[in-house]
Amino acid sequence: MGLLTSLRDSISRVTDGLFAADEPKRIGIYGPPNAGKTTLANRIARDWTGDAVGPESHIPHETRRARRKENVEIERNGRKVTIDIVDTPGVTTKVDYKEFLDHDMEKEDAVRRSREATEGVAEAMHWLREDVDGVIYVLDSTTDPFTQVNTMLIGIIESQDLPALILANKTDLPGSDVQQIANAFPQHETIPLSALEGENMDEVYTKIAEYFG
Amino acid sequence: MPGATPDVDGGDDPDDDGVRIDMISGARMEGLTSMEKIRLILDGVREGNIVILEEGLSPDEESKLIEVTMTEISPDDFTGIEIETYPKPDSGSQSFLDKLMGRESTQKLTVIGPANRIETLHKDENLISTLVSRK
Repeated sequence: MGLLTSLRDSISRVTDGLFAADEPKRIGIYGPPNAGKTTLANRIARDWTGDAVGPESHIPHETRRARRKENVEIERNGRKVTIDIVDTPGVTTKVDYKEFLDHDMEKEDAVRRSREATEGVAEAMHWLREDVDGVIYVLDSTTDPFTQVNTMLIGIIESQDLPALILANKTDLPGSDVQQIANAFPQHETIPLSALEGENMDEVYTKIAEYFG
Repeated sequence: MPGATPDVDGGDDPDDDGVRIDMISGARMEGLTSMEKIRLILDGVREGNIVILEEGLSPDEESKLIEVTMTEISPDDFTGIEIETYPKPDSGSQSFLDKLMGRESTQKLTVIGPANRIETLHKDENLISTLVSRK
């Protein structure tokens, strides 16, 4: 990002802030399929609004449309931060309906699921370029973070100058390696958590308030 | 059309079960719009070719490549792409003039192929190891 562009963006942010100080920030929850994005979105929504965002599943691409939970008010250290959570479909560069057949699905259902998944990923990419103010990037800490999708998405997020919080999820599982994620993206802070068990959510909320407040 | 994959002698032989690799120079990509670049890549990949870009795509173009790829996936025909690049280098490697002008270096060797023919075996900051299968 050039200095002139940075200066222009800084001025734009200040003027936007003057006129829209109370507007909730739209925070996109991004990451590869099955990283626990919806589990996290539900955890945040339940903790602060009492409602859930959407169904969770171990089958990839359960979330096939970006889902939004508006006006989630998070209170931290006497300060309130209001955000809209956007739970997005897991981003990938390939979708093969045959993978769903392994989950006891009929071909017709698998084809429909794959078609909806591709539409959802395209929609998620569009949201990322146009419609989010910040990103929570969720990774499964039991899997290798050095994937092309992760590299590309982090690069896209950085090129948009969006504030990004990287969460190393599933720390309750054996084989969880938070340091591996920290090593993969050293330019960002990595926060460990288990969205399923609610472990370390206090720190997650503190960081959400710090990054997106 | 500037995006079309050029015909190469022997490249389209139906009896040839080899793997065709198109290595596209930065100079060839330079004059193309984002969508022309994406078409050039996807047209090649959908023909079953491996496309290697000398200088890669910008983050915005990568985002659009994913989006367009998703719209073209269809059952039993095209399942998407496999793409590999090295992680983005530190911004510290950019020159002061590049930073001042907002020029981001996109120079990163990029390998793109059909998802059903190319499989990543290993990837880290310095090594990408992939397996390319025949048709």
